Amino acid sequence: MRFNEKELVSLSRQPSERAAELGMRGPKKGDVVKKRLVKLIVNFLFYFRTDEEEPVGALLLEQCRVEREDDLAFSIAFLDEAERKYLFECDTQEQCLDWIDSIIKASYEFMRKNLIFYRTEIHRLTGKDPLEQYGISDETRFQVNTGLPPLPAPPT
Amino acid sequence: MKLNERSVAHYATCESPPDKTGFLFKKGERNTAYHRRWFILKGNMLFYFEERESKEPIGVIVLEGCTVELCESAEEFAFAIKFDCARARIYKMASESQVGMESWVKALSRASFDYMRLVVRELEQQLEELQEGAWGVQGKAKSSRKQQHQHQSRPKSTVSTGGALAASSSSQPQVPPATSTSSQPEDAQPQTGLAKENGVAWSKPSALTNGLPETPGVVWEADGSARGDSFRPPPVPPRRRGGEGSAQGSLESPVSPETVCFSKLHDWYGKEVAELRIEWLQGQ
Repeated sequence: MRFNEKELVSLSRQPSERAAELGMRGPKKGDVVKKRLVKLIVNFLFYFRTDEEEPVGALLLEQCRVEREDDLAFSIAFLDEAERKYLFECDTQEQCLDWIDSIIKASYEFMRKNLIFYRTEIHRLTGKDPLEQYGISDETRFQVNTGLPPLPAPPT
Repeated sequence: MKLNERSVAHYATCESPPDKTGFLFKKGERNTAYHRRWFILKGNMLFYFEERESKEPIGVIVLEGCTVELCESAEEFAFAIKFDCARARIYKMASESQVGMESWVKALSRASFDYMRLVVRELEQQLEELQEGAWGVQGKAKSSRKQQHQHQSRPKSTVSTGGALAASSSSQPQVPPATSTSSQPEDAQPQTGLAKENGVAWSKPSALTNGLPETPGVVWEADGSARGDSFRPPPVPPRRRGGEGSAQGSLESPVSPETVCFSKLHDWYGKEVAELRIEWLQGQ
């Protein structure tokens, strides 16, 4: 599958939400833990060999599951291949928890759910759809489709 | 550079609804003819398929840091996706109609993660303001507490575009599913108790209390769902009525301006939050 690699590499140089050197092990049998500079930027996790400009690789963090593996480690697995886990080793428990939290919040789908929640809640409290003032209330991506009742039509 | 391509492709075709789909003409890289492809926009990813029925995408364009513009072209209804990096590629596209072109340009220009984040933050802030307003004087107490919150062990904003989540909102009381892995334990910090005054304490039942997991291997779905169950937010508690639950003097109550004693307020809220939490946990 083709992807815009140049642009993705450029993205990997942007300021990150979180970055640290972690031990990282790939999902294949026989993969070993390697030290990598791991950077979380939007919904991507980039990993670099220390001091290299270009990332070794990137993981899109959608449709994935983050699990605590032990005190200092967590794993990321993708829902389409749930047994293949990427393992990450941290220096402290706190760091481990921070990463787990950040990665969970890093998906577009997660943000979308938040947005729908806030939108519904604000509408419930005020009777007004907060997105109307921005002219984006009809955008597909902001629609309530999570099984919660849809917003009533705005008052005329 | 490696990419988890199989999983990325899976995202394209998995059951979460796409943001937009349709046919577009895409100008080839080497072969400069325009090819008609089936496009699926999901989040900040624009996938394209040879045909509508194809199972796997031919390719994907990650839409971060790009602009979408109408462009000069012999082709009708043409637009371009441009990136702002060295030797960046320009993706020239064309729709089959004026309406189609406008619709795609609009959808693509709002597809970035950054844009979504902006809107979410805006609404988050609006909701916080609404709730502060609802609680009247407590709003003041709360905002002064926010400044003291800088010491929270999990600062959310690092070197990021616009600073992801400000420290004061890192406890994220209103954030739905699976997010309270790092939210401060409600019991340990008074501010947190107050911040969750609407009882919207989204801790997962088996989740991290006191910031530590009860058992290793707690499973967090990054798409926000909990353990595969569909997550429903707990009901928001009813608005307080004056005098409700106040055993003390007539002028003191959770919403009375006479209640200047913060520790008393904190106790009241703490109890309410605890009760709600139990209620919600039992309802799961």
